[in-house]
Amino acid sequence: MATGTATRSIDARGMPCPGPLMSLIGAIREGQIGDLIEVLSSDEGSKTDIPAWVTKAKHDLVETVPEDGFARFIVRKVR
Amino acid sequence: MDGNGTLSLVVFSGTDDKLQATAVLVAGAAAMGRPVNVFLQYWALDAFRIDRIRKDHGAAPEAGDEGLAAMQRHGGQHWADTLAQAKDIGEVAIHACALSVEMFGITKDDLDPLVDDIRGVAAFMADVDDAVAFI
Repeated sequence: MATGTATRSIDARGMPCPGPLMSLIGAIREGQIGDLIEVLSSDEGSKTDIPAWVTKAKHDLVETVPEDGFARFIVRKVR
Repeated sequence: MDGNGTLSLVVFSGTDDKLQATAVLVAGAAAMGRPVNVFLQYWALDAFRIDRIRKDHGAAPEAGDEGLAAMQRHGGQHWADTLAQAKDIGEVAIHACALSVEMFGITKDDLDPLVDDIRGVAAFMADVDDAVAFI
């Protein structure tokens, strides 16, 4: 997925655990249903935290893209 | 066990490493929808004084020079900011132990607004589901 398709992009690279997840939660809360939120994270914890939270909070992890030194998470706000 | 029970923490230690670890646990629990019930005693309570919360509180003895250097190098968000975020996204109550408040001769006004109230130990226990973690 191209970066341009996200409703909002958060660059949380360099932020330690659980910072990227907290940023994602904030963006989801502020967003509208159907929004695509992109989070860039270099935190290892995000690889497990973001999928765990998305499942628990019943949103949709559309895609996880490994990049060089970080990962790109695309989450759709479902409710 | 549905994994949704209250996380109850007794925080005794007032060094930045333990407070940082506490804040991360609290934030994780709040993110996952668990209520969090925190009881601040002794040196942890001291670290929440309004005029001290942003000061350097050092690290536990096992950190040593190398551990302290690693903490400083890693930097990151202050634990008080992580706790504020956790309170913003979830149900997080932070109580000051009445005994420790009395020992220090302070009042609620001397404590950072992150602290919700002063409680006796039995009132804290009233909100404990099962286990308590001691930090």
